[in-house]
Amino acid sequence: MPEMIDQIFVVIKHWLMGYVPGALQPIASAILSVVPVMIAFPLLFAITTVLERKGLGRMQNRYGPNRAGWFGILQPMADGVKSLTKEDIVPRTADQLVHYLAPVVMVIASFLVYAVLPIGRNMVIANLNAGVLFFFAVGSVVELSVFMAGWSSHSKYSLLGAMRAIAQMISYEMPLVLSSVVAIMAAGSLSTVSIVNMQAGYTGIWPHWYVFTPWGITGFIIFMIAATAESNRCPFDMPEGESEIIAGYFIEYSGFKFALFFLAEYLGMFATSAMAITFFLGGWAAPFSFLTWIPSYFWFFAKLLTIIFMFIWVRGTLPRLRMDQLMNFAWKFMLPLSLINIVGAGIWHFMAAGFARWGVVSLLIVLSCVLLSRGLRRNKWFHVRTYRYAS
Amino acid sequence: MSPLSAYLLLSSFLFSIGLAGALTRRNAILVLIGIELMLNAANLNFIAFWRYGPHPEALTGVMFAIFSISVAAAEAAVGLSIILAVYRHSKTTNLDQLNSMKG
Amino acid sequence: MTISFLLLAAITIIGTAAAMTLKNLVHCVLALTLGLVGLAALYLQLGAQFVGFTQILVYVGAVAILAAFAVMMTRSANQTLTQTASSFRASGALIAVLVFAVLAWAIYSGTSKQPILSAQPEGTVGQVGVALMHHFVLPLEVIGLLLTAALIGAGILAMDEHRGNR
Repeated sequence: MPEMIDQIFVVIKHWLMGYVPGALQPIASAILSVVPVMIAFPLLFAITTVLERKGLGRMQNRYGPNRAGWFGILQPMADGVKSLTKEDIVPRTADQLVHYLAPVVMVIASFLVYAVLPIGRNMVIANLNAGVLFFFAVGSVVELSVFMAGWSSHSKYSLLGAMRAIAQMISYEMPLVLSSVVAIMAAGSLSTVSIVNMQAGYTGIWPHWYVFTPWGITGFIIFMIAATAESNRCPFDMPEGESEIIAGYFIEYSGFKFALFFLAEYLGMFATSAMAITFFLGGWAAPFSFLTWIPSYFWFFAKLLTIIFMFIWVRGTLPRLRMDQLMNFAWKFMLPLSLINIVGAGIWHFMAAGFARWGVVSLLIVLSCVLLSRGLRRNKWFHVRTYRYAS
Repeated sequence: MSPLSAYLLLSSFLFSIGLAGALTRRNAILVLIGIELMLNAANLNFIAFWRYGPHPEALTGVMFAIFSISVAAAEAAVGLSIILAVYRHSKTTNLDQLNSMKG
Repeated sequence: MTISFLLLAAITIIGTAAAMTLKNLVHCVLALTLGLVGLAALYLQLGAQFVGFTQILVYVGAVAILAAFAVMMTRSANQTLTQTASSFRASGALIAVLVFAVLAWAIYSGTSKQPILSAQPEGTVGQVGVALMHHFVLPLEVIGLLLTAALIGAGILAMDEHRGNR
């Protein structure tokens, strides 16, 4: 019975495929796989918008939106109606075709990466051999659409915001990819399904997730920081900081196109969180071996909602980083740390199992963290800290 | 017409498009784009021969294409930074106006 | 000559032809991106998964954005392009047509006599990785050296000389 509930979507799909004639089987299979994902994740986007605003509101000691329905739950409906009925203003000197295509390209790229995410046991749209490479390749198309949006609006604010956003996204793409290399090395494959399957075992009641190793937890932290920067979320939202550059590269967009940019940004956030779950948190696997009777897709969405809550929490807590602080952090701290993390994972693989390899790898990573963060503060190399108070 | 010759015709057509662009356009960036296009056409040639030729298990075509992509990316980066440096000196990217060796 | 090959070839040719003939430089870069995505799809159709995704990651995700940045920073997007002498353009086009004619003749006379293998070869990423580490380890190291030199060189060339001491 638990296996039936776990595989309910697969069973429904096979039952529906029995009614499809032979020639249309591939198309029907593709449509039946894609439609649930395209319904579930925009629904999650709608829920996240209201959760974020209420969460931020409670953290800032105020109510969030609470007018639109019972505790504000119908706020996404109100937002949708507003953005659909707003007038679509396009500046006269803007490049019409590119201005129209920029949100389209961004939404297409953001939806396309969901094809390789394993949402449950046997529930992935396309089990590609090079799935992880596909994810990062299509994820890098988003930067091109940011450039298109910023340049086509023909406004200095949007161009400046687009240049900053692209510089930030390119800088943080390298720690993102390099920190995922450790999970790929440990699993021995670029296919997301096999990475999750390698983490689905249990010793006693403890799971085999990669986050419970020193290189895994470092990789997870680096991946989450880089994912925050890739989706331009606080504390890395310099390109769209509302108090400074007034929404940056999508300043000239209004109405439905603005909603499409918003949708694409949140979908990108969900996709990188889902990838972090796949790499480090065991995908759809349950945290303890006595909890495996709960269906796999439930665990996936539970982990995804936890990570979304962490994103909202960080947004409500930390101040915004300046552009040069952000770039210094990426190039001088995160990139060397992710490379040293790869070395640590290699040492872990070749040493025998036991406490020795925990100690060696943890020491390597902690030492490099301390040295790199000392090196980031330019003229303060190993000085004694002095405190000066205003007199 | 076999599939192999279809791919080879396509790659030679792309090569000649890139060559035409590199010869006729006067902006330095577009000449560089034409050269990138020629490199890509050669990559398509390699992959087509890997797929339809003898001994595909040696992966020679795929390897060559991978290294060619890396070299082309490095060359594009260096070429574009040279164009930026030249622009900073002479304030133009028009190749017809970059015709004197000044100090 | 399946339908998918014709469609992808049409997309690639339209993109690259537009990249070489449009007046607005940013439109040229975006059309080039379309052509490169078409090429990546052709690689995927030929069964070279790793090369196809690497093409998108490197060319669309890096080279196209680099070209777009260069276009913006050299203000080429705002300049009006004056007309080139028509004889100059005609001779360039003529040379390209001649090159294409020679290549097409070589293709026709060459491949009609060759045996064509139609079995799809296995180009999995695991095999590519093994080949990179065994057979092709020397080119791999040389590429690493080349990319490091290109990174440092491009950074130095594009650096602002009049920055002064910081």
